[in-house]
This record gives sequence, C-alpha cells and structure tokens, in this order.
Amino acid sequence: MSAYYSRIIKAGFINFTRNGWVTLATVMIMVITLFVIGSIMLSNVLLVSVLTRIEKKVDVSIYLKTTAQEEDILILKSKLENLPEVDEIRYTTREEALSSFMERHKNNALITQSLDELGDNPLGASLNVHAKNSEQYESVAMFLSSPAFSSIIDKINYFQNKIVIERLSNILTTSRRAGFGISLVLAVIAVLVAFNTIRLAIYTSKDEISVMRLVGAKNSFIRGPFIVEGILYGIISAFVTMVAFYPLTLWLGPKAEFFFGGLNLFEYYISNFFQFFIILLFIGTILGSFSSFIAIRRYLKV
Amino acid sequence: MIYFDHVSKVYSPTSTALDDVSFTIEPKEFISIVGKSGAGKTTLLKLLLAEEKPSSGRVFFESQNVHSLPRTAIHKIRRRIGTIFQDFRLLASKTCYENIAFAMEASGSTDEEIEADVPQVMDLVGLMNKAWHFPHELSGGEKQRAAIARAIVNRPDVIIADEPTGNLDPINTWEIIELLKKINSMGTTVILATHAKDIINSLDKRVITIEDGKIIRDAKRGRYVL
Repeated sequence: MSAYYSRIIKAGFINFTRNGWVTLATVMIMVITLFVIGSIMLSNVLLVSVLTRIEKKVDVSIYLKTTAQEEDILILKSKLENLPEVDEIRYTTREEALSSFMERHKNNALITQSLDELGDNPLGASLNVHAKNSEQYESVAMFLSSPAFSSIIDKINYFQNKIVIERLSNILTTSRRAGFGISLVLAVIAVLVAFNTIRLAIYTSKDEISVMRLVGAKNSFIRGPFIVEGILYGIISAFVTMVAFYPLTLWLGPKAEFFFGGLNLFEYYISNFFQFFIILLFIGTILGSFSSFIAIRRYLKV
Repeated sequence: MIYFDHVSKVYSPTSTALDDVSFTIEPKEFISIVGKSGAGKTTLLKLLLAEEKPSSGRVFFESQNVHSLPRTAIHKIRRRIGTIFQDFRLLASKTCYENIAFAMEASGSTDEEIEADVPQVMDLVGLMNKAWHFPHELSGGEKQRAAIARAIVNRPDVIIADEPTGNLDPINTWEIIELLKKINSMGTTVILATHAKDIINSLDKRVITIEDGKIIRDAKRGRYVL
C-alpha cells in the first residue's frame, strides 16, 4: 500500500517537473491569484486600522456645572462606565481644566489678568466619553439627557456634533461594507481564474488519462498524481507570492503610513509573516488540489 | 473464453455499427477480424474493453458479463486484456521504460517485479537501447513495439490489436506481425483487427469477416475475401 502512495507522489513530482511550460503558466496564474488574495488581506488590515483611527477621534464631552459636587460626578462616571456601549471615560477635574487652560493661554496677558481678577475657578469639570462604536453615541447621549443628571450637567457637545458624528459613522459603515464586498468579488474572480487554468492544464492530459484507463489503471491511481501536482502548484505559488510581497510592502509601507497614518504595512507583513504564509499556503494547496479533483472527474468516465 | 451473445450497437437510427453479432473465441486462438473501414471492427473491440455499451446483447469475458461490472471494477477486466492501437497511444510525458512500467504499477506489481519484467519485455520487442527515450523520439515501428511491450508486460490472457500496422511501412509491419505470432505461440489469445490483405493471407489462421455490422464469414483457416 505504501508503494501505491509513493508511486502516486513520485508520478506527481515527475509530471510537475516535466510539463515545464504548463507548470510555469499554472504557477504564474496561481501566484497572481494568491497575490490578489494577499493584497485583499493587507488592504483590509489597512482599511480597518484607518477606520479605527478615525473612529477613535470621535468622542463626546460632558461639561459639568461649576457647582457640581465631586462625589456626584464620580457617581455619574461609574454609571457611565457600567453602560455596555462605553469604552473609556476620561475625567478632567476643575483644577486640571484650569491649569491646561492657563497653559494654553500663558502668553495672553489679557486672559491671565482676567482670571487673576476673578479669583475663583470659572471652569467646570468635564467627562470625556469614548464609545466602542461610533453608532452608540446616540444612546449614550439619551442616557445622559435623563432629568436625574440635569442638576450637574451643563452641556453635552454631542448635540452640537450630532450631524458630523452620524455622517462619519455612516461613512465608516459603508466603507467596511464596500471593502468586504469588493474583497469578496475580487477573491471569487481570482479563484475562478486559477480553477480554469488548472482545468486547462488537465485538459491537455485528457488523452493520456484515457490511455491510463485502457491500460487498466484504477481511477484513484490516475487521479492521485494530478492532485499531487495541484498541491505542488499551491505550495510553490505560496512561496513565490510571499517573496513578491517583501519588496512591495517595503516600498509601499512608509508611503501608506504617511498617507493614511497608523499602520506600517511592511512591519505588519514581517510580524505576521508566518500567519500570512500559512493562510496563502492553505488557500493555494486547497485550491490546487480541489481544482484538480473537479477537473479530472469528467475524464475518468471512459 | 470470449463470447459475444447477439450483440447490437446502434449509435443513431441511421447508423448501426453492429447488428446481432454472435461468436466465440477460444483460449490461445489467433483470430483476425477483417472488414472495410466503418464495418464495425473497432466498435467490436471497444465493446469487449467496455469503452462502449451494447444497445442489446451481452459480451462475456470468461463467465463475466463485461457490461454488468460497475465503473470502478472495469479496470480488473482491462488488466487481463492488453491493447495495441494504430495510433500507439503511449503516454507522451513518460519514457519508453516508464510507459511499460506504468502498466505494471497500475496493476499493483511490486518494484522488484517491475525491475525484473520490464527489461525482459523490452528485450523481447527489441527496444533495450531506447529505454529512456520519450515517445516523440521514437520511430513509428519503435513506438508500436513499445506499445506491444506495454500490452504484454502484465501477461494478459488476451491481446487486442486494432489496426496495429496501419501507420507502419512494410518492414515494420512484418516485424509487428511476427511479434504478435510469437506472443500467441507463448499462449496468449490474439485478436487482430485489420484490413491489410497480405497479412491475413499469410497468417493462415481463423478469420471473421464483417460487413455493415454483420458477420458474413467465419473461416477456420481464412483468407481475405470481400
């Protein structure tokens, strides 16, 4: 039985090396396919990082009345923290607000003088709320507008920024959906092209397959080497694609970082090298062997 | 050993390849099937190999109805029948040696058997010095000898030769026929389909003549008469 499998594997390797041009053409197409899939993965990483950064910039500030007591503020803060939508809250006390205000306007004599004349701190404390998702600010704002808090809350800037936040949130959602949709379409096209190339490669062997049948070979014995060949296409193509991504991300990484901000693609590629390689290898071998399996089926019916 | 029982093959209402054909082939016979092109010779052989299904009737190999076998078991019959064709049908991507070894690999022979038997049959057909040549590097006669070596290497019970000399010059033709006679003398049944008059007349063996899908003559020591 082991001779049976070693013969199949050996025949697969021999076919792979002997069918030079067919092998080269098929590997090239597979490389393009895997390259498209890899690029989709990288652009999704970039898109997600950009969108997350934009999302992080959105927040809601709650300005509290100067008369609000610290313990009431802390109660409000802990209630907010218990909301499932809230990601992070930053509390700025009255003193902190004043010192940062002074710091900002230290060169403006008029303002510093006016503050000195006032004698008292005119600024209220504030709470800065980050939601997990930009769509959730609405419900956070609803929660805050309940009459229980009206005694300590001066104003919530959500209501001024409402339109901007909603529009941004729509853009983020649409971008994610569009990114997913485009990725899916491109991936399907790439897979179909690779599948058809392997079909053509096997089509060139259809006479050989019928001869093998007539000589008395079992279907599995004929099919085996073709599947081995398909797996080899996948492995070689995954290697070539990984190598091709090195100079590409090296060149593109700093440019994309400058343009979109945030993530450097090259660093991402290096730090996720093995995960990335395993995914391409998996897709490549599955695509290669499965295409061979499907393509050869019709020639085994003689 | 082989029995055609009222076999008909109709491709379409206007094209009948075989019409109620019955005959028996005994073990170790050398039988020639003659007829014009399109008489039904190739269809007859394809029915025996289960490449085609009959429209009616049955084909037996020993006691087995060939067409009642499932697709996954046909290879068992085919391993007992060696085939030789006019167009050689060698595997283009394999060397001469590998072509012959492939038939043995397919039938599950061990590596030791392959290493022992392949050189032996290559020697028998006179191809020892061409073992590592690919089919496109061989002449027509050499290709056909390689095909014969592949057909006999598994020691089949029957050899089917469908116009084996159709693409060969007279000298190579006689060499191939001599090889077939030698194989037959070693105890293998040979079924030769041809329309070469000289070959049939010199063989002096059983001849079945087919015309328009019907057997019109079956002579023990036949001659080519049409």
